[in-house]
Amino acid sequence: MHGTQPLDPSSTPQAARRIEVRGVSKAFGTRADEALELARQGVSKSEILKRTGAVLAIDDVSFSVDAGEIFVVMGLSGSGKSTLVRCLNRLHDPTVGSIEIDGEDILKASEQRLRELRLGKITMVFQHFALLPHRTVAENVEYGLKMRGMGKAERREKALKTLENVGLAGWGDRYPHNLSGGMQQRVGLARALALDPEILLMDEPFSALDPLIRRDMQGELIELQRRYRTTIIFITHDLNEALTLGDHVAVMKDGRLAQVGKPAEIVLNPADDYVSAFTRDIDRGRVLPVRTAIRRAADSAALSALIEKGAASIEGSRPLHEAFGLVSGGKPVVVMGPDGKPEGQFDATDMAAMLAGDDAGKGQPAQVRPETDQTRQGQTKQGQTSQGRS
Amino acid sequence: MSDSMNALRAATDLARPSHYGELPLDDWIQAVVKDWLVPVLRPFFRMLQMPIQMLLDNLQALLLAIPFAVLLIVIVLGAWRAAGRGVAIFTLVSLLLLDWIGIWRETMITLAMILTAVVFCIIVGIPAGILAARSDRAAAVIRPILDVMQTIPSFVYLVPIVMLFGVGMVPAVIATIIFALPPLVRLTNLGIRQVQEELVEAGRAFGSTSRQILWEIQLPLALRTIMTGVNQTLMLALSMAVIGALIGAGGLGLIVNTGLGRLDVGYASVGGLGIVLMAIILDRVTQALGETGKDGKGAGG
Repeated sequence: MHGTQPLDPSSTPQAARRIEVRGVSKAFGTRADEALELARQGVSKSEILKRTGAVLAIDDVSFSVDAGEIFVVMGLSGSGKSTLVRCLNRLHDPTVGSIEIDGEDILKASEQRLRELRLGKITMVFQHFALLPHRTVAENVEYGLKMRGMGKAERREKALKTLENVGLAGWGDRYPHNLSGGMQQRVGLARALALDPEILLMDEPFSALDPLIRRDMQGELIELQRRYRTTIIFITHDLNEALTLGDHVAVMKDGRLAQVGKPAEIVLNPADDYVSAFTRDIDRGRVLPVRTAIRRAADSAALSALIEKGAASIEGSRPLHEAFGLVSGGKPVVVMGPDGKPEGQFDATDMAAMLAGDDAGKGQPAQVRPETDQTRQGQTKQGQTSQGRS
Repeated sequence: MSDSMNALRAATDLARPSHYGELPLDDWIQAVVKDWLVPVLRPFFRMLQMPIQMLLDNLQALLLAIPFAVLLIVIVLGAWRAAGRGVAIFTLVSLLLLDWIGIWRETMITLAMILTAVVFCIIVGIPAGILAARSDRAAAVIRPILDVMQTIPSFVYLVPIVMLFGVGMVPAVIATIIFALPPLVRLTNLGIRQVQEELVEAGRAFGSTSRQILWEIQLPLALRTIMTGVNQTLMLALSMAVIGALIGAGGLGLIVNTGLGRLDVGYASVGGLGIVLMAIILDRVTQALGETGKDGKGAGG
């Protein structure tokens, strides 16, 4: 899953804001407003449920998503992540807050406008695929096009082409129950992609799949995303999946965002004990970029000299595990910046420390550790920690 | 000892309302229905019975006009197509037997009556079921009405029906509709509500209106359950054949009733056999029709 770190600024030139979520809360129940009032007073969720009968699913959530990124919302079941994603296409109506998509407040959209949005701009992939069992694969993919009013021949052609793109050429006339889970989810994906969406909402799309299939699908999703530059909101309960896929990851707990940040930030600077507990058993070699292993600041002349002496070099945004081979000889490895200039160096010990996690990293002065997403944010100061963008 | 008992009873009787006179509820109902409801509403109910009368007359005339051999072949082929060879053979033998024992004409009259009742049950019941499925408020209104329809013994509503509609086939069909309607409404409601929430969400997420969701997603997936409802309605309608004969319906029910009146067990049994054979054929065929919606299984993988 290399290359998922969006640390290369050339690929995302000051990306445009696509989704802006501000202060969104959602309570289910007839006395939702009362429930929110109580929540503002700091009353606990279980107490709110007891007093008003309303379930507070999302509590004052704000975040923004840039065009062309994969934004992952990670949380355990009951954390409100599925409700949150359903607010973005208004399958659920938030109780308060605002959601802007390309500057348009979709909470004010009419029923008609909402249908337009759902048929062109925002489509969705579901956890249990949600394919119509009485329709063939191709008819399922055609569904949105049919709702759009496209003619039969035209939409069939489009559906078959989309099926080909997701690797299901020739399966159009079968029924969903003839297909494996992974293939069914490809159909679900094709149904969403057939509408050429700008934003793709994915509600735990791979959670129902076997681990191996899941990994394939993750890889293919990244490929598809690169090809179409679709903005993706991805929901998952698996932090590894979140960190692998996400350009930004939001960790959700009890309806609130515990932390929003780049994968490396989440791992290296967890906002609280809850997030840090999650990060303990993730695969750091795949999640962290090699840049994070730099321990000693060095001037570029010395680094250039090292390269001339034959030291290996690697681009700073590559995941750590790709450098395993390079450090095996005990020699230092030079980290190159996106501009092709050397940024720093590390060796096997530095790398081991970074892979082992916080215990081994203690004792190192924090300001020496370079900021992990400086290039994207355009920051140059080192040692700055950024906690989310909400 | 008995003195004290009597004193006690006399004292507690003071708590019984009937001690002070009986409430003439029956008279009141009688007065309301007979002197007010019937005269006022009779024109309305007469109008209501028009379409039933028309369908019933045409259906009966048609079934009786088609030559025996032609109708036999049509029904047997239909059963074959819908339910396979076994049911087709059973149908063939049964129909031949019904003619042989001399009740073919009565069977067709009963069939016309039942089909008419079921057609109107479908016209009323499926929309009512859809309404109940889509609105909890509608469901809250419809459910107690269905409970009443199912618990009131049919003999109770035979009387006002006769007062409103007179005696004959049409009142019998109306009584049959009241008796046979509830399961279709309930099962239509159930079938639609059982469609996976995620599928309905997918419909909305892909820009469908609620009408499109109904036709594209909910009804096709509920079809099997709805067909079970049609099957149940058909069976209940058949079971009303005999009761309907009490208020003037002809056909197999009349044979049973006549046999009962004359204590002619043979004659009554012949009518009963006709009803049973018809029930089996209709049951198998409609069940098989419901099975054709079997792509609906394993919804959502």
